[in-house]
Amino acid sequence: MNTTPQIFANDSIDGELATLNLGPTHPATHGIFQNVLKMDGERIISAEQTVGYIHRAFEKIAERRPYNQITPLTDRLNYCSSPINNLGWDMTVEKLIGIEVPKRVDYMRVIIMELARISDHLVCNSVIGVDTGALTGFTYMFQERELIYDIFEGVCGARLTTNIGRIGGFERDFSADVFKRIQTFLKEFPKRFNEFGNLLSRNRIFMDRVIGAGPISGDRALNYGFTGPNLRAAGVDYDVRVMNPYSSYQDFDFLVPVGEGGDTFDRFMVRQEEINQSLSIIRQALDKMPAGDYHADVPEFYLPPKKDVYQSMEALIYHFKIIMGEMKIPEGEVYFSVEGGNGELGYYLISDGGRTPYRLHFRRPCFIYYQAYPEMIKGSLLSDAILTMSSMNVIAGELDA
Amino acid sequence: MDKESLLNAIESQFPGLISNPAEPHGMLTLEIPVNQLIPLVQFLKNDERANFVFLTDLCGVHYPSKAEKEFAVVYHLHNLEANYRLRLKVFVGRENLDVPTLSDIYSAANWMERETFDFYGINFTGHPNLTRILNMDDMTYHPMRKEYPMEDATRTDKDDRFFGRDGHEGVTFDQNKQIAKQNG
Repeated sequence: MNTTPQIFANDSIDGELATLNLGPTHPATHGIFQNVLKMDGERIISAEQTVGYIHRAFEKIAERRPYNQITPLTDRLNYCSSPINNLGWDMTVEKLIGIEVPKRVDYMRVIIMELARISDHLVCNSVIGVDTGALTGFTYMFQERELIYDIFEGVCGARLTTNIGRIGGFERDFSADVFKRIQTFLKEFPKRFNEFGNLLSRNRIFMDRVIGAGPISGDRALNYGFTGPNLRAAGVDYDVRVMNPYSSYQDFDFLVPVGEGGDTFDRFMVRQEEINQSLSIIRQALDKMPAGDYHADVPEFYLPPKKDVYQSMEALIYHFKIIMGEMKIPEGEVYFSVEGGNGELGYYLISDGGRTPYRLHFRRPCFIYYQAYPEMIKGSLLSDAILTMSSMNVIAGELDA
Repeated sequence: MDKESLLNAIESQFPGLISNPAEPHGMLTLEIPVNQLIPLVQFLKNDERANFVFLTDLCGVHYPSKAEKEFAVVYHLHNLEANYRLRLKVFVGRENLDVPTLSDIYSAANWMERETFDFYGINFTGHPNLTRILNMDDMTYHPMRKEYPMEDATRTDKDDRFFGRDGHEGVTFDQNKQIAKQNG
């Protein structure tokens, strides 16, 4: 009989459990939220989450803001892809009012939203690299992201919290410089992006780290309300752009990549391929860019050119009414959703005919799928839990409402 | 799936439950009594004609002037195969804010119900952990209710009239103050 005491029975140290606070401020949480983990050695037995550290009361504020002043609030939801939030909100209001925007606006919006998707996925994937110990790719991909922000700056003047677009279209047409920057980006980015992909996607060390880390089945993912790349990594091909096309997405030819195991590797690969698909969509949009106006003809909602305000009575009146938030909004309730960086970003808007929403609710994909996190990391190692979190791309701003 | 076949399927299982289906902006909206919520949602999820496997969204709404129907809980369901969306609404009064939880049917409901409890005080009966989620635990009120105006209560230039709401659904500032006083 073996009499030496077994120190590491079932991986635990003397069966002793420890409580570990991961967050609220910890570099590996990528945001201000907390996980209280019960640890058995390196293994996680259970996790308890909190998310309310940056509650900013958007929904309450939105009930006291005219419709065009709500766009800057949406910037702060998923701040890695603010333009998608902005344009999704504009389209929600357009659906309520019944505005048809010109085809050119749709295509311009598609370009902006796909650029935002690329920058969102770039952050997520390069951070997965960082959490596995590969910092290099991150430093290069952040330079690429800056190029996308340069394009946003050329369109609207802002980089991160963009407030891009207006109800009815864009505040100005894309300049020649913006088109040139987009073309340059399309030409040079794929080379460097492939280099980044080659460094990781077939890298033995990386694969050993991420394959099988934090898996979730398609059924559980659906039950937990997963959407976006995380759901597609689990093998369900649900994409709002395909199922409920908005902004003329039906005009474009693109693939919806899906994974199999719903683990960190699949989430990484789905995002990688989506970046390629987004690039293809942007190319198609540029090739087919229709001529026409960059905004709809809706003077009640769309600000007139400033020079007209000084000369024409109508323009002055509309300008005054829009600035003072006196737009006439019909009664009604509408649900509209777009494919955000992390999944279905929904806007549930109830209007009672007042100048502000009677009720505005945001469906934030992060908030809904982050609750699956304890189930996904139960029984795994702490280092896998960190990777699982970064591959879910939980953005603290989108946990809030 | 279309509106008719769905309504027929519901009618065959729950005769007389749906009285006036509405369709604002193309989404079928059904108002149902609270006690029928769980059986109906279970039917909608498991019946192969309905097949609403996905809970898209869940949120509360406050209508201070409707006595018996002061609070609404709104559910958005999605049949992903047929790509058909459905909106369900249940109403409760201020005296009894009990609404049964959906968290055993859809895990996604768990946090959305906690958020709705946090914002409106809806009591989701049977919920595994009905605590506040975005606000701090020791908060004593439910801030999304209309009786809590965002602005300083002494201001007179932020009256509901200035937001185009005379005679509309929203209550006026003075009514707000009265309701707040009644509730201590």
